Formats: sequence, C-alpha cells, structure tokens
Amino acid sequence: MPCIVAVMSIGHALLGLLESGPRHGYDLKRSYDERFGQDRPLHYGQVYATLSRLLKGGLVEVDGVTPGDGPERKRYAITTAGVTDVERWLAAPEKPELYLQSTLYTKLVIALLTGRPAADVLDRQRAEHLNTMRALTRRKATGDLADQLVCDHALFHLEADLRFLELAAARLDALARTVTEARP
Amino acid sequence: MTPDTPGPLAEATPISPTATPAEATAEGGSLLAAVELRKRFGATTALDGASLRVAAGEIVALMGPSGSGKSTLLHCLAGIFPPDAGEVRYGDRSLSRMSETARSALRRGEFGFVFQFGQLVPELTCAENVALPLRLSGVRRREAQRRAVGELERLAVADVARKRPGEVSGGQGQRVAVARALVTQPKVIFADEPTGALDSLNGEQVMRLLTEAARASRAAVVLVTHDARVAAYSDREVVVRDGRTRTFG
Ligand SMILES: Nc1ncnc2c1ncn2[C@@H]1O[C@H](COP(=O)(O)OP(=O)(O)OP(=O)(O)O)[C@@H](O)[C@H]1O
Ligand SMILES: [Mg+2]
Repeated sequence: MPCIVAVMSIGHALLGLLESGPRHGYDLKRSYDERFGQDRPLHYGQVYATLSRLLKGGLVEVDGVTPGDGPERKRYAITTAGVTDVERWLAAPEKPELYLQSTLYTKLVIALLTGRPAADVLDRQRAEHLNTMRALTRRKATGDLADQLVCDHALFHLEADLRFLELAAARLDALARTVTEARP
Repeated sequence: MTPDTPGPLAEATPISPTATPAEATAEGGSLLAAVELRKRFGATTALDGASLRVAAGEIVALMGPSGSGKSTLLHCLAGIFPPDAGEVRYGDRSLSRMSETARSALRRGEFGFVFQFGQLVPELTCAENVALPLRLSGVRRREAQRRAVGELERLAVADVARKRPGEVSGGQGQRVAVARALVTQPKVIFADEPTGALDSLNGEQVMRLLTEAARASRAAVVLVTHDARVAAYSDREVVVRDGRTRTFG
C-alpha cells in the first residue's frame, strides 16, 4: 500500500518539476533528490521507468534528443494532459493514514498476554523514539528551511507516537486486565 | 556562535565567592549527583529513591507523568529544599552539609533558573531583571546593565530591554528569563517547563537559544518537560515514575 502511494507520487512530483521547463532524466533525478529524496534518493531505473510510463500515458513527450545513445540522451517536456494531471493530483486530498495496525500496539498486547514486562517495552521504545527525535533536531540546526520542514513533519509524527506510549503506560494495568480476560 | 563566548570571560571575572571549578567533579565525572533521594509532603511520597548524575556541560531532560516527582527532584538538586533522605552532591561538596547561606550563595553564583511563569519582577524593566542576579552578586550597576543588554541581544530580544515584563509577549518574556538565567554564566541551568506556556514555534526557538547558549558556555542543563520535541534538544532523558528515576538508551 505505501509502495503504491510512493510510486504514484514520484510520477506526480516529476511532472510537477517538469512544469518549469523540459529536462533530461538525470537532471530531473537530481532535482527530485535535492528536494524530496534526502533519505531515499531515486534510482536511475526508477526515474526512467516512471518517465516511460508517463510517456505512454501521454503526460510527457520527448522534447529533443542529444546525439549519442542510451535513455539519458532524451529531454522530456510535460504535455497539457500532464499539467491537468498535476492539477487534479494537487486538488485531491491525501487519505489520512489510520495507523490502526501498529506494531507498537501489537508488541504491547503480546507482552501483556505472555506476562512479560510491558512497561519495559514502552520505555525502550520511548528511548528509541527520542533518540531519533534528537538526531532530527540536530539536523534541523544546520538544514535550510525546506529541510527543517521535512524534519518537523517527522518530529510531529514521532511526538504523536510518544504521546501514545505515555497514554498506554498510564493505562497499562487496566489494559492488562482487558487483554488477559477478554479473549481466548 | 560569536567568538567572544562567555567561557573565558567567566574565568577572568569571577563573580561568585563560591566558584567551584568544573573540573572538581563528583566521582564518575559528574558535576551534579543525586543519590537515592526521598522526599515526603505530609502523606504524599514525592521522591522514593531517585538518583541522577549530570556531567559538566550535559543537557538532561526529566520526563514522566504529572505528579511523578520531576519538579521535586529539580528543587532538591538545586538546593531549594532539602530531601528527607539521600544526598545531593555538587562537585565534591554535599549540599545538605552546607549552611543555608552557603547554599544560597551557590544558587546565586553557580546556578541559573528558568521556570514556566512569574519569574520576572514586574516593577523592573526587562534589562534590569536580567541585571538583577549580577547586582545581587555585587557587580556594579553599569557593568551589570551592559552585560544584561548583551545577553538580551544574544537571545534576540534586545528591543524589549526598556519594557516591563507586563508589556512583552509570552515568548519574549521567556527569552528574557533565559537571559537572566544565563547572565551569571552558571555551571548548571535548572529549567522547569521553560516552554510550557509557549506555542510550538516559540517554544522551539527558546529551546534552541537556551541549548546553544548552554553549549557555548559549557553549562549543564537539567530540564523538566512534558514535550518530547523540547526533550529532543537534550543529550539524554531520564524518566521519573512514582518518585523513582529510570534511565534508558
Ligand atoms: N509543596 C508541596 N506540598 C504538598 N505536596 C506536594 C508539594 N509539592 C509537590 N507535592 C506532591 O508531590 C508529588 C510530586 O509533585 P511534583 O510537583 O514533583 O510532580 P511533577 O512531576 O513535577 O508534576 P507536573 O508534571 O504535574 O508538574 C505530587 O503528588 C504533588 O502533589
Ligand atoms: Mg512539575
């Protein structure tokens, strides 16, 4: 599921980047990586596979070919259909992620069911989350505004997890009773 | 940070008669250590064997549920009130074996404090508030005022120097409070929910300024917070539950 979302938004992101003018595949990759790919840069294969899909769909066209061979010689331009596609994509809100199947919660229940110290599971997870938050906070100190926003987005999600951990810790005894009584 | 960081300046102009060199640390290299603290308020047990070590220059966040004993621990560490049992050591000295006069000289000279609200004197201007701890340590008025304004500049609130606390925003007031905590170049800064009343952007700016300033002057920070984003500015966190400390990671 997250994989499909990622692939779809790579196509849209590349289209969006093409709106400012035609570009070669490698140029597009570099530009994508700079803006969106700090932790996970695109593979060239991904870029060319996506571009050929967009080409087939009529969302981009080949604007020119530099002499030589290989896919990196082609320059791509967005089509009118491509622009409309970007517009439609921006206008449609993303489905909020529900987090209803969290590994964190599963671990907690299994720890309670098997009589292991669930509080330790929570505390260790909390320490791990905070370590990641520290690393992101340090990174924010040196990054530009765009990178700070990327970090902040991640930080707010981690903070939400931590609040969940805090709440779970406060209700551990009650949860233990529910979990062990209720089901076979 | 500017090249004229306060570290060397502190060495050149000792302002405290009780100055303890940062090297004179307790066993295990910690500057400040609490060992098995117990504290009761009537029938309530606030601390039930809490221990903590803070190294020079280290930033430690105290976290944990409401009522778990974080503020009590902070107050005991800072010598504001004594534990019923256990010991607090600062460098090679035991706080409980010091006279109240010596303890308050220590608080004035070596410690800085930032709290959530109500810490600025409403009748004084912001610059006078920041200069106050220097004045109490015997620094002359003009020198104190000059250093106060410098500290306000470092925290990007020089423009409120002449205003009174009632005339500035919450975020500005909190920066003034941080400036006041830093102006004496303390070895330890105690902060209890220093960003508690601020929105997340302001809270974050205050934390960034506080930790940058603390790192520049090698001051340790003991920080109580509920906010994980604030705690993420620390070097490590200690969780307080039911009056006991737990350390992970
Ligand atoms: N001066 C006091 N008189 C009586 N009880 C007190 C006093 N100070 C603290 N307590 C009690 O001691 C316990 C610990 O309080 P403390 O203020 O240290 O908690 P805390 O962790 O700082 O909580 P919070 O996150 O809500 O600030 C609480 O049960 C509190 O009611
Ligand atoms: Mg408190």
